[in-house]
Amino acid sequence: MTDTTKFTPKTVYVTYIAATPEQIWQGLTDPAFTRQYFSGFAVDVEPRADGVFRLLYPDGRVHIAGRVLDWSPPRRFSCTWVVEGMQGFGELPECIVTYEIEQAGGTCKLTMTESHSWDVPEAILAGGRAGWPAILSSLKSLIETGKALEIAMAPPAGFMEAVARVVAEKPWRGAR
Amino acid sequence: MSKPSFVYVTYIAASPDRVWEALTKPDISEKYWFGYRVQADGKAGERMTAHSPTGKLAHDDPIIESDPPRRLVYAWQPLYKDMQGERPSRVTFELEALKGQTRLTIVHDEFDEGSKIFGLISKGWPAVLSSLKSYLEVGRGLQPSWDDEAAKRAAAEA
Repeated sequence: MTDTTKFTPKTVYVTYIAATPEQIWQGLTDPAFTRQYFSGFAVDVEPRADGVFRLLYPDGRVHIAGRVLDWSPPRRFSCTWVVEGMQGFGELPECIVTYEIEQAGGTCKLTMTESHSWDVPEAILAGGRAGWPAILSSLKSLIETGKALEIAMAPPAGFMEAVARVVAEKPWRGAR
Repeated sequence: MSKPSFVYVTYIAASPDRVWEALTKPDISEKYWFGYRVQADGKAGERMTAHSPTGKLAHDDPIIESDPPRRLVYAWQPLYKDMQGERPSRVTFELEALKGQTRLTIVHDEFDEGSKIFGLISKGWPAVLSSLKSYLEVGRGLQPSWDDEAAKRAAAEA
């Protein structure tokens, strides 16, 4: 299993949602929800530690694949991510995405943490920093209003080039 | 070490005009900003003021830039006793229209290294802006509970 001690948080996003922890957990782990707010991706997860975790395109192809590191409903869901569905991306080392849900008075706090094991260039981190606010704002809307947002997602400028550069140079090899 | 800077983005199912109004008019802010009355609808050079739920003046800062409903910049220097001694920081809101929705970006920067206020605003803005989003989409802000310290301070200053 992945050695989580080698990973450092690089991007954190916090949002507060008027819902129970169980409703937020369902929003994160039920494909009927993720399809609506997560760029159309269906989550497909074996509900146990070391289970398979995937995000699937609407046609069933795999976009993200990984392993469940922590399955503790309705408090903490953590898994590894490898981008499988895009040419060249599969060579990038896995990252870890962790969701934590806490009661915060009359509302719930959801914290998403994206952690990496190598010195990821800012231009690549920018992908998550652009994506997570859109995805999690849309999740909040879906849970609170029943309707997700309409946000067209595209990689930020320089993102694809930065990925191509590290896939060619593989800086994570020497640094370890 | 670089100076601390806080960035947060949220997407709201409301027009930039409605988001702008909520950020600048006290009758709206008190419904989601945990009871604070925030007045920021003046021009550059005029004042941004915020009054706590008990009526205490918590902010009296200059508006640096105002371009409704796109861009609002003001200084930030809380008047609470335990936060004095730091120079003013800077809050920038940017609003972009997206299919009848708004992408709202806040950048809060120009802090000194080791700023105590930076730690507080990093916890505070996600709560305030989550509550703003709920208020505009559902008609109801969230319950104030993000920061016990803020509640204690408000009580102590009341």
